[in-house]
Amino acid sequence: MAAIGLEHYLTVAALLFCLGVYGLLTKRNLVAILMSIELMLNAVNLNMVAFSRFITPDAFVGQLFAVFTITVAAAEVAVGLALIFSIYRDRATTSTEELDWMKW
Amino acid sequence: MASVAAFYLLAAVVLAAAAGVVFKRNLVHSALLLAVTFIGVAGLYILLAADFLAAVQLLVYNGAVAVIVVIGVMLTQKGDMKNSNPPNRMGRGLLVVVVLLAAGMLAAVLTTKWPVVAQPPPGETAGAIAGLLLGEFAIAFEAAAVLLLAAMIGAIILARGGENRGSHRT
Repeated sequence: MAAIGLEHYLTVAALLFCLGVYGLLTKRNLVAILMSIELMLNAVNLNMVAFSRFITPDAFVGQLFAVFTITVAAAEVAVGLALIFSIYRDRATTSTEELDWMKW
Repeated sequence: MASVAAFYLLAAVVLAAAAGVVFKRNLVHSALLLAVTFIGVAGLYILLAADFLAAVQLLVYNGAVAVIVVIGVMLTQKGDMKNSNPPNRMGRGLLVVVVLLAAGMLAAVLTTKWPVVAQPPPGETAGAIAGLLLGEFAIAFEAAAVLLLAAMIGAIILARGGENRGSHRT
């Protein structure tokens, strides 16, 4: 087996991102959509850490950006779930098919 | 080589668990497989010599995000979980689009000439990240702190409902 290079990590991250995109666009449940967004954010983080390791190993900026992404992701999931709770209390549903009252 | 085998194993775990998150029809299974995905990504961080980020990933994603998602599943699902996470009607067509997207991204990854430098991995990362966070990126660090505070307050206010709810109406 050949040594693991940058391309291997980028391939894994690209596939992970595509799975996230697919879930984001095809899921009916709001919580499942949040999960797909987390998958995409993880893929992006994996990319940045891989670039940091293989292209700028002594600069650490890639890892630092990943730290900020994790921060924003944590804030995003907290606010997202609070919104879902709020919607659930008002409409008793978390299905995107029924949350279409702004569609005309 | 052990690290090569570890990479393929972790990559397989991450991708299989992520596929499970997307394709499983039971929302609880999706939530648990999401935690598996996060652990696998933390393992990949360790292989990339990012030990601090691996710890952060385990603490923040597995300790906080996965648990919050599970609470979200618990509080918003009623009745049978068996078919709680169905795909919508666009599934088949979107699969084609996403496969094309993946093919495009992989083609870009594999054909680009990356300026890789052959250098041994840094031994210790937490100190260097701390120096950057409190030095060059101190303003971004503070902004992230304010963002977290704002998100926390916003989440609490949204989750407990408007002020016309509850007993202490003002």
